[in-house]
Amino acid sequence: MKLSTKLLAATCIVSASAASAVELEVTHWWTSGGEAAAVTKFAEAWNATGNTWIDGAIAGSGGTARPIIISRILGGDPMAATQLNHGRQAEELIEAGLMLDLTEVAEAGGWRDIVNPSSLLDSCTLDGRIYCVPVNIHSAQWMWLSHAAYETAGLPVPTTWTEFVETAPALREAGLQPLAMGQQGWQQNLAFGAITLAVAGLDPWREVTVNKNADVAAGPDYAAVFAAVADAREFARGSNVQDWNQATNMVISGTAGAQLMGDWAQGEFSVAGMQEGVDYSCLPGLGLNAILDTGGDAFYFPVNSDPEITAAQLELAALLISPDVQVDFNLAKGSLPVRGDIDLVAANGCMQKGLEILANGGILPSGDQSLSPDSQLQIEDLMAEFWSGDMSAEDAQARYAAIIASAD
Amino acid sequence: MTTTLAPSQARPAKRPVRLFRHLMSKVALIPMILTALVVFVGGTAWTVVHSFTNSRLLPRLEFIGFDQYERLWSTARWIVSIQNLALYGFLSMILSLVIGFTLAALLDRKIRFEGAFRSIFLCPFALSFVVTGVAWQWILNPDFGLQNLVRGWGWESFAFNPLNDPDTVMFGLLIAGIWQGSGLIMCIMLAGLRGIDEDIWKAARVDGIGTVKTYVRIIIPMMRPVFVTALVLIASGIIKLYDLVVAQTNGGPGISSEVPAKYVIDYMFRAQNLGQGFAASTMMLVSVLIILVPWAYLEFGGKKRG
Amino acid sequence: MADATLHAGPRGPKPKRAFSRANIFIYGTLLLVSIYYLLPLYVMIVTSLKGMPEIRMGNVFGPPMDVTFEPWVKAWSEACTGINCDGLSRGFWNSVNILIPSVILSIGIASVNGYALSNWKFKGSEVFFTILIIGAFIPYQTMLYPIVILLREIGLMGELSGLVLVHTIFGMPILTLLFRNYFASVPEELFKAARVDGAGFWRIYFQIMLPMALPIFVVAIILQVTGIWNDFLFGVIYTKPATYPMTVQLNNIVNSVQGVKEYNVNMAATLLTGLVPLIIYFASGKLFVRGIAAGAVKG
Repeated sequence: MKLSTKLLAATCIVSASAASAVELEVTHWWTSGGEAAAVTKFAEAWNATGNTWIDGAIAGSGGTARPIIISRILGGDPMAATQLNHGRQAEELIEAGLMLDLTEVAEAGGWRDIVNPSSLLDSCTLDGRIYCVPVNIHSAQWMWLSHAAYETAGLPVPTTWTEFVETAPALREAGLQPLAMGQQGWQQNLAFGAITLAVAGLDPWREVTVNKNADVAAGPDYAAVFAAVADAREFARGSNVQDWNQATNMVISGTAGAQLMGDWAQGEFSVAGMQEGVDYSCLPGLGLNAILDTGGDAFYFPVNSDPEITAAQLELAALLISPDVQVDFNLAKGSLPVRGDIDLVAANGCMQKGLEILANGGILPSGDQSLSPDSQLQIEDLMAEFWSGDMSAEDAQARYAAIIASAD
Repeated sequence: MTTTLAPSQARPAKRPVRLFRHLMSKVALIPMILTALVVFVGGTAWTVVHSFTNSRLLPRLEFIGFDQYERLWSTARWIVSIQNLALYGFLSMILSLVIGFTLAALLDRKIRFEGAFRSIFLCPFALSFVVTGVAWQWILNPDFGLQNLVRGWGWESFAFNPLNDPDTVMFGLLIAGIWQGSGLIMCIMLAGLRGIDEDIWKAARVDGIGTVKTYVRIIIPMMRPVFVTALVLIASGIIKLYDLVVAQTNGGPGISSEVPAKYVIDYMFRAQNLGQGFAASTMMLVSVLIILVPWAYLEFGGKKRG
Repeated sequence: MADATLHAGPRGPKPKRAFSRANIFIYGTLLLVSIYYLLPLYVMIVTSLKGMPEIRMGNVFGPPMDVTFEPWVKAWSEACTGINCDGLSRGFWNSVNILIPSVILSIGIASVNGYALSNWKFKGSEVFFTILIIGAFIPYQTMLYPIVILLREIGLMGELSGLVLVHTIFGMPILTLLFRNYFASVPEELFKAARVDGAGFWRIYFQIMLPMALPIFVVAIILQVTGIWNDFLFGVIYTKPATYPMTVQLNNIVNSVQGVKEYNVNMAATLLTGLVPLIIYFASGKLFVRGIAAGAVKG
């Protein structure tokens, strides 16, 4: 009896002294092995400050997690912090005054100077105020090639998209799938985007995607793009897999020559124990234009009426971008850190290539940052229809130009 | 079978004031009335109103007339979705009813192991759509599924690859959809069959009516309310068809297995264009109303009882 | 399995000889159909017992060469949801806590609805019912935001009672229809006789209707247990991480968009999640039979 009273008293004292420790609920959709390991780095760092990280993981990005996150915020019962793709997706929540202003923390931490590329911070900024913390960089314009497949066909491994196009028929003759492609709109759209940058280059891309110039989208530069995509469609015929990692697996096993996929495909090759340059090759910008986009993830902090939580939110924001946390997190996740002032020694060959391109300024804003999700989904639908059917390149281009004309 | 009592016997001798007639029944139905008015009428009105706005991520009341509808009906994916739903809906409704009733009738024949069979047919209903989709995706996969198996038995030319052919992909979904849902229909039918008086069977046997004929002529007409329940259950499931498609085909190949509910949800949450999503769901609701209201009037409003 | 009490149930005519043509037809059909229902289950079970290298080899129908229970252990207690690596077990009791009040409340209300609508009609009752039925056709997702606003206004957002309310609301259309149509097929004389005896609304419900409706209660329980147990969307929106149902972990195991898909763990997780409804299905057999016995009151 006495002992339990003492214990009770002791607990009271402990909890009273730890009153400054705050529990923050954090929502994110990082649930695969590497991703979860990366989140753990965040959580450990946060718990080390004496606070508590309450993990609210929900798998399945856009379609699944977003309505949940937004419902919670709208219902007046928000989480303390949440992952969202930065860019235009959270604009309205910010305008509605539902997101915490991080400008002071950003200025105190000198984010303007350390975040590289600076476009990452721009997409967190609305009317000069900063509302999110970018935490990593992913890029989509990569081609992954199987050395085993080219060995089977008796050909040298291509170093550019153009060379790949030349070798594709030979691969087909050797009974191999030239291009592995998952039958999902976003993957086909990703391939379209990568081919656009490789074939048309930066200027027409910027004119269409950023300035929404429908004339350029209907013009000769993009006609060449659509012709190239129509070729790619033929190379991808017979690839019946759905998920992107199944397509990557075709490249790993040597049944397919190549795949167009973002830098996250790297993880699959590592898990399979393959060596860059020996078993597979990676070509950023498809080997033609050394330009990478800088998509990635960011954290937002919904406004909370409890001042204690608000203070903790600002503390967490500063923590996520601090140098040690950035290194630990990005090594676990296989993505690039958002700070230009840290050295990623442990990065492997493909990551080094990516870092080099970014350092040389081969940077473009990701589609997330320039086109609204609405326009993106319309393009995705078009690409899904185009890649799996017999739509002519001209028709596809006309419909693409119409989407761009009405895009916002 | 029915010797109806005269109404005067059934009711209390003095009729109370109209408002208080069946007062307890009205009190008991308050939760239902609130749900119908506040949630379904209110929520639907809210949705319809917002379908005329340019709401993006958050609901906003900036009206733009019929723009969302014009865009909707000029979208190839929406048209394909509707055609798919019509095909799937028609076949699924007929097959579910036929399979469900036949299985229930077979189980009702005083057979051994009824419990085991019933549980087998019902099992799929317990499993989430996501993995149902994956399992069927494998079975229908030409390289390591059914086609491969049959070819392995020596029938080299056997071809069965519904999921990768735009013309047949809806049938691939149908196989999985029926698999998942028909067990429940069977259960409802069985409950209905169990509610039918044993004397009916005796009378039919005395009159020398065959088994099949008894089912078709006597039992099925008597089970009309049960069929209505089953039909509404199937139809509402068809309209909401979403998870299975996402898991099994994700709308592919291309857009050839897209369905309206997926369009609504994709445009609401992935495209963050609530207005467009609401316009699509309003169109779904309108078509439900066109089919349902005349029928509901005949079914529920026409005749009075009790 | 097929003891004497089971035979008390079915009402169809009794086939005469064990190997009559009718019998061969019946059992033959049932066995054939069973293959269709069991094949995917077989694939799932077999896959859940294989290791990943074996799955990559690709024969989905082949029995496992090395039986391993590791995927089951992993799905139950090791699979990670973000930073918490304790598998499905994490949400099991949360799911139970959500399931029990939701099932009881939704079936309780709906059975009274059905009873009142079929036996105690009043002017306008069918109008509300028709609205309710049309409500069954609205995709849940379009109702998300109105419900969020509603719950916010009545202060139940983020509460367990809010989630129970949502399940009751969305279960109501089909369940009410189920009970209404079942009670409508109950012979009217029974109800009228009770009224002549002076029984009121609730007495008739509890003493006459309830015992007779066991088979339809079984169907309702099957419907609700499955629906609520497998619900992911409402469970995750209207609760918090500490009270997330099991399906959130299931979703996280099955739906991970990046990384290697562990199909064996996915299948094990699904089968594990499906166990609770499955147990209800098996248990329901007895009630089905007892419902018939109770139904004898009718005659």
